[in-house]
Amino acid sequence: MKGLVGTVPLIRLILRRERLRLSIWLLVLTLIPVQTANAFKALYPTEASRELLVNTVGANPAFAALLGPIFGTSIGAVTAWRVGVIGTLLVGLMAVLTVIRHTREEEETGRRELLGATVVGRHAPLTAALLVTVGAGLVLGLMLTGGFVGVGLDTGGSVAFGLGFAATALAFTAVAAVAVQLTEGAGAARGIAVATVGAAFVLRMLGDGGGVPWASWLSPIGWFTQLRSFANTGERWWVLLLPMGLAVILGSVGYLLSARRDVGAGALAPRPGPAQAASTLGSPFGLAVRLQRGGLLAWSLGLAVLGVVYGSVGDSIGDLLTDSPQLSEIFELLGGEQGITDAYFAAAMAILATIASAYTIRAALRLRVEEEGQLCEPVLATAVPRRKWAWSHLLFALAGPVLILAIAGLGAGVTYGAIVGDVAGEMPGVLGAALIQVPAVWVVAGVAAALYGLAPRFTSMSWGVLVACLVFGQLGEILQFPQWLLNLSPFTHIPDLPAAGFTVAPLLWLAAIAALLLFAGLSGFQRRDIG
Amino acid sequence: MDSVISIAGLAKSYGHTLALDGLDLVVRKGEVHGFLGPNGAGKTTTIRILLGLIRADAGQASLLGGDPWNDATALHRRLAYVPGDVTLWPSLTGGEVIDLLGRLRGGLDLAKKHVLLERFDLDPTKKGRTYSKGNRQKVALVAALSSNVELLILDEPTAGLDPLMEAEFRSCINEDRHDGKTVLLASHILAEVEALCDRVSIVRAGKTVESGTLADLRHLTRTTISAELESPPTGIAELEGVHDFQIQGRRVDFEVESDRLGSVLRHLAALSVTSIVSHPPTLEELFIRHYRDGEAS
Repeated sequence: MKGLVGTVPLIRLILRRERLRLSIWLLVLTLIPVQTANAFKALYPTEASRELLVNTVGANPAFAALLGPIFGTSIGAVTAWRVGVIGTLLVGLMAVLTVIRHTREEEETGRRELLGATVVGRHAPLTAALLVTVGAGLVLGLMLTGGFVGVGLDTGGSVAFGLGFAATALAFTAVAAVAVQLTEGAGAARGIAVATVGAAFVLRMLGDGGGVPWASWLSPIGWFTQLRSFANTGERWWVLLLPMGLAVILGSVGYLLSARRDVGAGALAPRPGPAQAASTLGSPFGLAVRLQRGGLLAWSLGLAVLGVVYGSVGDSIGDLLTDSPQLSEIFELLGGEQGITDAYFAAAMAILATIASAYTIRAALRLRVEEEGQLCEPVLATAVPRRKWAWSHLLFALAGPVLILAIAGLGAGVTYGAIVGDVAGEMPGVLGAALIQVPAVWVVAGVAAALYGLAPRFTSMSWGVLVACLVFGQLGEILQFPQWLLNLSPFTHIPDLPAAGFTVAPLLWLAAIAALLLFAGLSGFQRRDIG
Repeated sequence: MDSVISIAGLAKSYGHTLALDGLDLVVRKGEVHGFLGPNGAGKTTTIRILLGLIRADAGQASLLGGDPWNDATALHRRLAYVPGDVTLWPSLTGGEVIDLLGRLRGGLDLAKKHVLLERFDLDPTKKGRTYSKGNRQKVALVAALSSNVELLILDEPTAGLDPLMEAEFRSCINEDRHDGKTVLLASHILAEVEALCDRVSIVRAGKTVESGTLADLRHLTRTTISAELESPPTGIAELEGVHDFQIQGRRVDFEVESDRLGSVLRHLAALSVTSIVSHPPTLEELFIRHYRDGEAS
């Protein structure tokens, strides 16, 4: 147990540093499901109205791919279906980001050494980070259970839902425990862990809507769905053993790797690099390319995969009409089979655009990362003008999402076109639906740039803006937000291509707002102190 | 244009913290100027203003005949900078960082770079995150010294270097002085400043408390004398300018104000000196005296 000496004070240190961030995570992750349950109570007050929802939307493989299957007609079952997948995805991100921030990042910055020289056991920092994250998952589970019972949902289902979220946090905490052992850089560890969370999301999607049911069983997010909280047929409690088992296995691997390596070192050995800089590494832009290319590649690949998955599911949308002829009349009003498929792609591309916005924020926030890491100082002490340095990274924030959305849209369009046997006919529409999102993503980039230039200490608030857009876009209508609030999100104003007609005016407005925000940010940056 | 850096009445505050409180600094062309002060005295803040990274609240600053804020880009072609706390991009090698910074400045002397890599015994193929503190420092030093610029601004450049490398650094600076470069050397390593600097400015709490050549500064302070005498040491303690007088039999130890040294020595000679040791005031004593005085006031 000598290796664990000092764990308790380290837990206190982490809680002190996380008090705001984790509180926000827990609050958002509790409020969204509970508010959704509340909203469903008002929207679908009768068993019959919910049955209709389950039999139409719930029975469709496309929606099953997007949101997972529905297992019951109670308010709880509908809520679990609506928020379960996106909620567990966010729980996974919370878990891996928290663990990495307090393990690998501490080693990379050298703070770990400062602590390691005090009376702190070898395994104490890892243990403290894991315990805090698992603890946060349990608190979240309790809050969710309490919230659901509070709004009058079935107790058994509420407990299952809460435990399901807590178990997801546990599983991804263990994933991060291994990821942080592998590489020397926190950035690379974050890449590995976030990619794992993304893979879990994609596997669940393929399992529930892509015709490969076993794939869901490989995914911690799929396990949450399979727990079937609030199901009419009862919960499958034994599924909880899967994340617990995974946690034991990956946790052990994590500790084994951690015991074998040196502080600061990774399991993957670093290689020496070139003694001289390539000729391309001689300008601020060349430097930005070096610092951003890995991220851009990873995000492009991730969204390409997601695009292909969305595309492969698109065709099954129409099954709804052949399966339930009595409903075809309703959907004729929406434009028939083509109309529904188009609506599906509009919705899918909006989700991809939100993810592309996350890339955009990361790319823009690189400016702040460089500044806080005192890495912009040596560059700005050379003959590089501030404006040029800022643009070198903002270029990625602006052009990056265009590339990412084009790749994702092509992936979706070509896949869908190949399935229905008309690539040339279908691909342009889907690609257009992806690219039309660009101006809204640029507004997000503009917000990040404006915060960076005018209020640098609040730059990370950009993530809050993204979360708001996500909540407004995905849940705003269910939560019955007033229209003026929804209008605050740039994504609200994007025409629903290919379902709705193309209008250029909102796009120009969004681009103009983005340009204005960028200009404000840049001129603020020209004037303010660095550091 | 005689002065390369000229600062008058510079002020800067961060919220309620006053970082600079009317600081003055003049660095003449071709000199190595020591910029001395305890931690938090305002040395780094002054340098950051000179580099146009932050803006002063009040006062004048001119750098190489230009305005540090408005002409930043043009001025930066003519200077090289080593920050006090060197951080490197984790994924770039040391060699890449050296080339990059040189090119961003407008070109570097490749021959000089190779010589410096040898002299500082630096492996340029390692990634930024794997360098020790001393090696990160060397990367920044090689990047700055391998450029053909007029002015070097060095913020505690030898922090983390071993004594051999420190000696190498000193000979590099001496060569650069020989080539006519101007150097602003912020430091609190007094031996280094004594060995390298032509003139020194001492700052405390954001103000310049002393400025001049080492000889000027020594003039303001006391020489320590230890002597053995044949005659009984009488009358010394009563002389003007003598302090901390101690006597052990025929042996005396005391300090004397530098401008009273002549009269005290004449008095000693009359007492038949058998041995005498005198220490000029070290910069250290000077330094400590200034800070003590500051704390007392």
